[in-house]
Amino acid sequence: MTRFLKATGYAVGLPAILLTAWWFGSANSTNTFWPPLSTIIETFPTTWTWDRIVADVFPSLARLGIGFGIAVVVGIVLGTAIGLSPTLRALSEPVLEFFRAVPPPVLVPIIALFAGYTGWLGKIVTIALGCLWPILLNTVEGVRGLEPTLTDTAKSYRLSPWRRLVFVVLPGTSPRIFTGARQALSIGVILMVISELFGANRGLGAAIVQFQRSFAIPQMWTGVIVLGLIGVLLAALFKVVENRMLAWYLGQRQIDRGE
Amino acid sequence: MAITKAPLFTSRRAEAEPSAAAEGTSVALDLRGVQKTYDTPGRPQVEAIRHLDFSIRRGELVCVVGPSGAGKTTLLRSIAGLLDLTGGEVVLDGNVVTGPPEGMAVVFQEYGRSLFPWMTVRQNVELPLKEKGLDKATRREKVNRALEEVGLTEAAEQHPWQLSGGMQQRVAIARAVAYEPSVLLMDEPFAAVDAQTRAELEDLVRSLWKHLGVTVLFVTHDIDEAVYLGERVIVLSNRPTVLMEDVDVDLPAERDQLTTRSLARFGELRGHVYSLIQRAKRGDRPDAPLPASKGE
Ligand SMILES: Nc1ncnc2c1ncn2[C@@H]1O[C@H](COP(=O)(O)OP(=O)(O)OP(=O)(O)O)[C@@H](O)[C@H]1O
Ligand SMILES: [Mg+2]
Repeated sequence: MTRFLKATGYAVGLPAILLTAWWFGSANSTNTFWPPLSTIIETFPTTWTWDRIVADVFPSLARLGIGFGIAVVVGIVLGTAIGLSPTLRALSEPVLEFFRAVPPPVLVPIIALFAGYTGWLGKIVTIALGCLWPILLNTVEGVRGLEPTLTDTAKSYRLSPWRRLVFVVLPGTSPRIFTGARQALSIGVILMVISELFGANRGLGAAIVQFQRSFAIPQMWTGVIVLGLIGVLLAALFKVVENRMLAWYLGQRQIDRGE
Repeated sequence: MAITKAPLFTSRRAEAEPSAAAEGTSVALDLRGVQKTYDTPGRPQVEAIRHLDFSIRRGELVCVVGPSGAGKTTLLRSIAGLLDLTGGEVVLDGNVVTGPPEGMAVVFQEYGRSLFPWMTVRQNVELPLKEKGLDKATRREKVNRALEEVGLTEAAEQHPWQLSGGMQQRVAIARAVAYEPSVLLMDEPFAAVDAQTRAELEDLVRSLWKHLGVTVLFVTHDIDEAVYLGERVIVLSNRPTVLMEDVDVDLPAERDQLTTRSLARFGELRGHVYSLIQRAKRGDRPDAPLPASKGE
């Protein structure tokens, strides 16, 4: 219990200090671009009404969810195939290296050409493509790094390819898959915002830019805060899933480190 | 597989019983001119096994000893169909081994790394049985029995990494036992267990071997263990490996840690195998001219 309190204290401590500093530092600010935090908080309830959440936040999150989901599925499927097949690996290696080097936002104008940028399609494609690489590359590495003794064990008991995949390869790769997915999630959030900056749009990112363009500065700041909160929430959610699915890995690591 | 060339070195046994005769029903495992050179790109070639020729009868318990790095693991992996041979062939029940054969279980030297850390002990033992297509009730019964035999009933729901090295080793053994193989390969399975547990596990292997009628190939670096367990002890030379000697263990079939180990014959055999190993370590090899006397 005390341990829990301590952990909570550490987690909350720095943000509390920063907020306090912001609160007092900005209290008497007359600079339009740096409104007092109190003003920002006052505008919060009137800005983020249920209607706006439904119109702007939910669509953004839905696109992020779909794009990220596609990346996870495609990344794991392709990554496993490439990891298991030396031929596929030799074929795809240069291509993967190339796409890894391309910063995801660069894709936006190209995708806009093909998929258009007013609807959902272009945005989802952007998010999915951006999230794909870290998951794909980590999955390939994870499959290749599987403990050879485990692979030999699976072979010597003549496990079918299907059982090997489900009971050996995927669980064995899962720590690396999670590493990739975590990187992908932060890239996804960035692309969720960026993908809304082009053309007339609705969405969280679009709303923030709209506020900025109409000089609704406190509202713009509330948007940034909402974005930050969403990031924290997603990270927490991710951690919960990870703790459940990688319990064996985290437990093993703890023991290897000597508690 | 390349056609076997005239073997450079032949064991006494192989001379007496040419491999052709091994097609008979009594032979479970037949090694014919097995050769293995590791040729990893970017690394120097390692000639691990130069020439091995021996056979194991069905239901026999054979121990393999040899200096460290002699190629014992290489030999086991070749028999398990996990390695591509450089020359020769391994024949199991009349079929040339080209991949992991049916009805064979292997307990690896790196037992800790052979257990699936994402599964509990029970799931680890059960997985191969699922592949065999056994129904749930049968699986449960076999898993429970195997865990009981190695004294791990309590640990069934734990994960391998929560167990000590010796316990992990026993999980690997339980998994092999539950599989009910017709051939069981074990690579230094008791290296990490304490003396007491080791004695118990040795007796367990003997009793399982007797009850199940399984053919066992048991690699160990412990000479006492080899003589106590085996009906034969195959002594390997240093690398590149050839057969030093195939020692027949003419001890009573009924063995007991106390009485068997105090037999005069046990001491003789042990001394003989010991001197063979010492010679092997010194680089004394059968392909070099052998000293006139065999044994001490
Ligand atoms: N994958 C590999 N690539 C290259 N060389 C290898 C490989 N595996 C084993 N060797 C080499 O082959 C030789 C025999 O190895 P092996 O593991 O079969 O010996 P061992 O008798 O089992 O040794 P130990 O008693 O230490 O277990 C060693 O010199 C080893 O370095
Ligand atoms: Mg070895």
